[in-house]
Amino acid sequence: MKLKNKNALMGIIFVSGWIIGFLVFTLVPIIRTIWFSFNNVKFTANGIKETYVGLLNYKNAFLLDPVFTDYIIEYISQMLIFIPIIVTFSLIAAIMLNKKIKGKGFFRTIFFLPVIITSGPVMQKLIEQNATALPGVYKYFSMEYLAKNFGIFGNLFGMVLNSFIMILWFSGVQILIFIAGLQKLDKSVYEAASIDGASKWQMFWKLTLPALMPVISINVVYTLVTLSNFALNHIVQKISNDMYDITKGIGYATALAIIYFIIILILLSVFLLITKNKDGEKYAKN
Amino acid sequence: MRKIKEFISKALLYFLLILIGFVFLYPIFYMISYSFMDTEDLVNPFVKWIPTKLYLENYKSALNVLNYKTSLISSIYVALIPSLLQIIFCSVTGYGLARFDFKGKKIILFLIIATFIIPSQVTMIPQFLMYKDLNLIGSLYSFILPAIFSQGLRSSIFILIFYQFFKMFPKSLEEAAKIDGANYLTIFLRIAVPSALPAYLVSFIFSFVWYWNESTLSALYFGNKIKTLTLGLQNFTATYQNIYSSSITQTGKSINEAINMAGTLLTILPLLIFYFVFQRWFVESVDRTGITGE
Repeated sequence: MKLKNKNALMGIIFVSGWIIGFLVFTLVPIIRTIWFSFNNVKFTANGIKETYVGLLNYKNAFLLDPVFTDYIIEYISQMLIFIPIIVTFSLIAAIMLNKKIKGKGFFRTIFFLPVIITSGPVMQKLIEQNATALPGVYKYFSMEYLAKNFGIFGNLFGMVLNSFIMILWFSGVQILIFIAGLQKLDKSVYEAASIDGASKWQMFWKLTLPALMPVISINVVYTLVTLSNFALNHIVQKISNDMYDITKGIGYATALAIIYFIIILILLSVFLLITKNKDGEKYAKN
Repeated sequence: MRKIKEFISKALLYFLLILIGFVFLYPIFYMISYSFMDTEDLVNPFVKWIPTKLYLENYKSALNVLNYKTSLISSIYVALIPSLLQIIFCSVTGYGLARFDFKGKKIILFLIIATFIIPSQVTMIPQFLMYKDLNLIGSLYSFILPAIFSQGLRSSIFILIFYQFFKMFPKSLEEAAKIDGANYLTIFLRIAVPSALPAYLVSFIFSFVWYWNESTLSALYFGNKIKTLTLGLQNFTATYQNIYSSSITQTGKSINEAINMAGTLLTILPLLIFYFVFQRWFVESVDRTGITGE
């Protein structure tokens, strides 16, 4: 009993740094952010001054702000399109790189390279100079034509083409996670299936994919978080800018941050629900 | 027949890998190619990839605009110190969670994962005000303090890496040391830390790169005091116009694609070198740390 107590005490000592940090740098700031979002916050000579305004900041964000609602729609549609593309692509790339091929390390090195250079300003410059669009795409598709004839879908399609390389550039870590997942699969199951006459295609859908579902969930979360925190994201930029805007200020910016967080949580639960459902099916079939 | 089929599928596989590899490297080729072009090459429709001469003026301007030497030193300093502190303290947290049992451990693990999902926008404004009250705006302490308390950039991932690593690592050595009367801190420093060197190195290189590439928080917390390469590139066009605005009319030297690309390449060059030194560790990171573990 005494040893158990000592053990618990040591554990808490080791983790105490994190506990203090969590309180000071995460929990208290979150509470203050929520509080600020119901206030009009002004800088005065005696520090900051808050006036309670209720839900006004939230109302303004949706009703008065000329761009915020558009940014949200843009963000949600980007996530709904980019995440499946990135996760599917990284799965395919991982399967290819997991095969017995020469130069595996070389290809892995190339596929992983973007992870180190994708910072906001670098991507901004590359996009500005058209270095991230698929080579030659402009000859065949006119963005204006797409936007005119297919409305929001045309816009989204254009967006995908326009930043195609950038989308793929976000798949490095996910490829590695998938490769690690693939290497953990039980080989004897595949041998048994192939004796039973299952084709490679069937094996992928019936064995590989269900077994990889937890890894897919990890990658979905990782992709969503990375894209949502990326510096070029319009909402991220807007929150930083509005903080300094005299007419909007800190109260308004924090309200936007809270709305943004709620949207991220909703998207996350939708994606996790989809990947979890398929996992459930697997057990149902077994 | 079967051999032919195998050959075709192999050939197709290599073809696809090379094609994707090219698509991945395309922006980098583009950057290198354009950064050496002078204004004539840029407008000449016959010059597509290979510039007609080795033109270095773009790099001279870009070095000047980025204030390269000073910014490079700032960048190294801003990436190195917080990332070292971050991994040291995340490993302490991870060790505590992996080796000891106490009430509320599950809640802490849940909160660690939850903090990974919270976007920094939710916490950055109160943090900014706090640093302002403490007079820390414009100093590196705004990065150092959270790092010391395991709340730096993506600290959750590093805590989980160490948690996973120490959990998989056999306890026997540590238990033997405990019987010999070693205290917990000695065991941690003498046995656990050396065993976890691969996890430390992988965490360090990722942390370094993420701090190096940060631009939202560093722009907010550093103000104009610390100018990293990443922030320099963010203000590249404006700085360029500031420096060369008087001479534009005389020399016709306004900013163009080539100068932009030279600046971008110079910003990522140190990271490219870093990548080729640690390339193995990046690519094998997941295997070495077992982050996807059960």
